Amino acid sequence: MSERTLLIRSDLDIVSARVEGRDLAKALGFGTIDQARIATAISELTRNIVLYAGEGTVTLRAIERGNKRGIEVVCEDHGPGIEDVDLVMRDGYSTSRGLGMGLPGAKRLMDEFEIQSQVGKGTRVTARKWLR
Amino acid sequence: MATPLIRIPILQIEDFLVASIQVALHDRSAVQFRDDLLQRIHETKAKGLIIDLTAVDIVDSFIGRLIGDVAEMAALMGTRVVVSGLQPAVAITLTELGLELPGIITALNLEKGISILRRLTRQEEEDQG
Repeated sequence: MSERTLLIRSDLDIVSARVEGRDLAKALGFGTIDQARIATAISELTRNIVLYAGEGTVTLRAIERGNKRGIEVVCEDHGPGIEDVDLVMRDGYSTSRGLGMGLPGAKRLMDEFEIQSQVGKGTRVTARKWLR
Repeated sequence: MATPLIRIPILQIEDFLVASIQVALHDRSAVQFRDDLLQRIHETKAKGLIIDLTAVDIVDSFIGRLIGDVAEMAALMGTRVVVSGLQPAVAITLTELGLELPGIITALNLEKGISILRRLTRQEEEDQG
């Protein structure tokens, strides 16, 4: 099963991450529109790493659950963490230059979405999309 | 470590500027692109600008918002902006992201974009007598 972890430190890494994500999604059999959804979600999540934590990683892997197959995107950083996860998941909320659509937008593009965050320790966002 | 900036060529056709994005833009290149566009609008006094996205397969919230900014800033300078060639997947992801780019005129392709701009600018000239 294929898995890759990429270091995210700059806007260049955001582009590489979404290209890798799209390639893996394509290899797994996702159609063009889902490939764009997955790549866009990776773009939003990795940009959060650069904006808020400075650096982190994204892990892209093929996953299986029962007879379902899909892709999992895990973004991890040791940044400041999120104080109020419910608040950042609200549409229109943003502490930076985004328009507050980064996290809720990425959630809408994927099938499953989880945030684990500890203030002062960091954040891990896990997003999955399943093949239909 | 300095990141090499990608510069998008901006062409002039009649009174219009045309810029076609053919590469994956990282954030700083996208910001450079916005600044270049506004500078060229200022220099050429172009009546219209077409941003062609035919070759773009991903528009995230950063690039989407930037395109919205360009349209707004260009409008302040008296220049109409048309976005052409949006791929279906890009249109879908933009909407799902919640970025609907209100006020942006879109065209199916570059040719239609130019005819929309011609019509709009002709109308404006007539209105002004």
